[in-house]
Amino acid sequence: MNWEVVIGLEIHTQLTTKSKLFSGAAVGFGAEANTQTTLVDLGMPGALPVFNKEALRMAVMFGHAVNAEIGMTSVFARKNYFYPDLPKGYQTSQMDHPIVGEGYLDVTLDDGTTSRVGITRAHLEEDAGKSLHEDFQGMTGIDLNRSSTPLLEIVSEPDIRSAKEAVAYVKMIHSIVTYLGICDGNMAEGSMRCDINLSLRPKGQKEYGTRTEIKNVNSFRFIEKAIYTEIERQMDILEDGGRIIQETRLYDPEKNETRSMRSKEDANDYRYFPCPDLLPIVLTQDYVDEIKSTLPELPSQKAKRFQEEHKLSEYDAGVLSSSRAMADYFENANKIAKDAKLTANWVMGELSKQLNQEQLEINQAPVSAENFGQLLIRIKDNTINGKTAKDVFQGMWQGEGSADEIIEAKGLKQVTDTGAIEAMIQEILDANTAQVEQYRAAEPDKQKKMIGFFVGQVMKASQGKANPGIVNPILAKMLKG
Amino acid sequence: MFEQSISTLAKQLKNKDISSVELTQAFLKRISTLDSQLNSYITVSDELALQQAKAADALLQNGQGTSLTGIPVAHKDLFCTQGTLTTCGSKMLNNFIPPYESTVTSRIQQAGAVMLGKTNMDEFAMGSSNENSFYGAVKNPWNLTAVPGGSSGGSAAAIAAGLAVAATGTDTGGSIRQPASFCGITGLKPTYGRVSRFGMIAYASSLDQGGPMAKSAEDCAHLMQAMAGFDEKDSTSSEIASEDYLANINAPLAGLKIGLPKEYFGDGLDAQVAETIMNAVKEFEKLGAIVKEISLPNLQLSIPSYYVIAPSEASSNLSRFDGVRFGHRCDDPKDLLDMYMRSRAEGFGQEVQKRIMVGTYALSEGYYDAYYLKAQKIRRLIKEDFVNALNEVDVIMGPVAPTTAFELGSKTNDPVAMYLEDIYTLSVNLAGIPAMSVPAGFVNNMPVGLQIMGNYFAEAKLLNVAHQYQQHTDWHLQTPEMAKGA
Repeated sequence: MNWEVVIGLEIHTQLTTKSKLFSGAAVGFGAEANTQTTLVDLGMPGALPVFNKEALRMAVMFGHAVNAEIGMTSVFARKNYFYPDLPKGYQTSQMDHPIVGEGYLDVTLDDGTTSRVGITRAHLEEDAGKSLHEDFQGMTGIDLNRSSTPLLEIVSEPDIRSAKEAVAYVKMIHSIVTYLGICDGNMAEGSMRCDINLSLRPKGQKEYGTRTEIKNVNSFRFIEKAIYTEIERQMDILEDGGRIIQETRLYDPEKNETRSMRSKEDANDYRYFPCPDLLPIVLTQDYVDEIKSTLPELPSQKAKRFQEEHKLSEYDAGVLSSSRAMADYFENANKIAKDAKLTANWVMGELSKQLNQEQLEINQAPVSAENFGQLLIRIKDNTINGKTAKDVFQGMWQGEGSADEIIEAKGLKQVTDTGAIEAMIQEILDANTAQVEQYRAAEPDKQKKMIGFFVGQVMKASQGKANPGIVNPILAKMLKG
Repeated sequence: MFEQSISTLAKQLKNKDISSVELTQAFLKRISTLDSQLNSYITVSDELALQQAKAADALLQNGQGTSLTGIPVAHKDLFCTQGTLTTCGSKMLNNFIPPYESTVTSRIQQAGAVMLGKTNMDEFAMGSSNENSFYGAVKNPWNLTAVPGGSSGGSAAAIAAGLAVAATGTDTGGSIRQPASFCGITGLKPTYGRVSRFGMIAYASSLDQGGPMAKSAEDCAHLMQAMAGFDEKDSTSSEIASEDYLANINAPLAGLKIGLPKEYFGDGLDAQVAETIMNAVKEFEKLGAIVKEISLPNLQLSIPSYYVIAPSEASSNLSRFDGVRFGHRCDDPKDLLDMYMRSRAEGFGQEVQKRIMVGTYALSEGYYDAYYLKAQKIRRLIKEDFVNALNEVDVIMGPVAPTTAFELGSKTNDPVAMYLEDIYTLSVNLAGIPAMSVPAGFVNNMPVGLQIMGNYFAEAKLLNVAHQYQQHTDWHLQTPEMAKGA
């Protein structure tokens, strides 16, 4: 049978507030266990939550960025369940009245097609602590540093139809929240985690099939793999005439499989009710408008501008604007180089290749955008050719100095003196008389292929410093005889 | 000495007629002599009290301090006190020493008062008789076989017997007013949000409110001066500035409009209590007040509404007592579930467990609309009743409780009869308005409290009304037999 995949995503993004959602404790990753806590995060008797307005501001920013309705009155609710790393026995979240209502995102896939993914809602909630099952001799340790860390949970409509689309959507959310500066986007540290709701239905059927939920997937690659794996699992069951059980599953990247965590029957009744310790958040239109007016340029706007202002292709503009750091790097380098196409090629080419190789983020690159721009200037003004530039870039990456310093120190300056080049070519022609004879006897079509040999010899003799733009016409002329 | 008002003691302290250390020592001695009959204290903090008394004397020596400086008071054992055991009347917190101070106790301490100790109470403030305490029932100083009322029964009994000059209490459904009525003292439940709940161990967050308990309205006003006011640590605390509660306490009552809700005088109200209340109302008429009958039609609905909302909130508020971080943990848990179940079954008493179960049920999927949401709708109706009535009158008066203090054990097996005790007090908490209990007479030698209810943030008005009444009556000056001559 021909199956259609239906996917909805819940993305938890950790907001970059300085302090927690309901306490003044600092938010941070990797501190000693239970050092970043207050009475509130520890759930001490009599402790009361105080709402962090910075988180509110960030949530409203996100709402604007995804074209959403802003909840002018939003209400915190308690989600009640027992777990040792949930100190109060409830999570303070939002249920009936979220801060961000319906919105949407237009997602562009690699093949250039665009699809609209509806956003159901986004709400503020506090994170739980962590249970540590190792190092405690059969017991469990509790670390409440993460307790009450602010999260924005972004819930999509079941509008996504493939793993690629899901990844593109998550990447877009990732790009938006990092652009807005409301999330550091560090998925490995859990700053962004994704729950995947997935079901299959025969193509053309209106009703949704029974779905499963894969919890806490924390990389783009795992999201894609988890979806493929789960599609295959569900398809095998359905093709064999079986039924999907509605349940929560866990993705195991090592075995590349999803495993059942708990079925719907075991699910908690969370007994949501409005939190009586917190007043409803009532916003004014002025507040909402003020945030809208101070919103930074978003990735889609930036991509459009790159196409118009820098005459980049849609693809290049899309890649360069996908992260704010990369877009900034490109723009800063281009300010120096003043050649958008060249800068785009080098940022997306050599720089990206090097970053990938060393698994670094662009803001960790040892070569600054300004220095990178200086290197590009030397390509533009023919001081060095592209091949040499790659070596210079390596030198810059290794900390050997600026582009000019390396060119100077290694004597890499291109030879542009026609007299010197003529002499060099004459020497090569004299040393390769047989090849010259062959060349001269050949058909013009063949000659075009044969000239490469001589160019190579010239480059070799000049140690790559001869300017190909000058070499080629002189060589052609001298070969004619 | 043990019957003196705060004003008198403050004057004596200021004039060095007596030192705070002497005063504190006298109260501590009296507690050790008399409290075995009452069980009004869970913890007596002798050492801390004497330290604080010394500090108060030093201030007084320099002519500094407030009217509370050096005055020995007690705190309901539900306010967290840094370094002092805070049990909330429960085995669950039998070992809980808070590393922080509640806003209320902190402010009273800042004002220079001396903390004698922590008073007994119904477990987690759930009860109307103080029989639900892990630390044993409190006895009524007026009759040692009767209950003192609850849940702030320890504070009420201690004040009535002269074991503290004044005390704090909390009121979720009548827990300040009903014990004040039963023990013949004065108590004020302020407007919701007037007094910070930070550091108060929560029972039902949308109803809980701390307030003063003392011999007189004037003493309550002295405590309010310190307790009331905005607290950034409590998001539900009001930013409306608190008043000077003593400034207008002597204002005359001529022209005061008093409403008597007919529903407060219907079936179920003891005839002699009704007569006592009506005599008090006549006293107000003599002072120039105008009395009119009003109606609060949804009064009867306050019991079902309260007994859904309060347990619902409690079921969530008490989830943190899980044996993981503090409080009681069972021995040798088999696994996590076993730890949760046994720790909570062992740590919580019967009434608390009952209310947790009721609340859990009311919030469950499929029942939420029928119970919790419905109760919230009723709550709005009750609030509207009061708002409408208080558009017509300045204050509303009625009984605090249908009877005087009942015999210990007489209602423990009849929960509905026990819940009916709160019929006249619950609606005030549901509406969030302030209300007082003021001694208004005796029936068979047991005190009767008059309830005075007012508009939002009208505490100063209520204290003024009560104080004027107390200037013309001496019900609040009566002393129980057991407390005489000791």
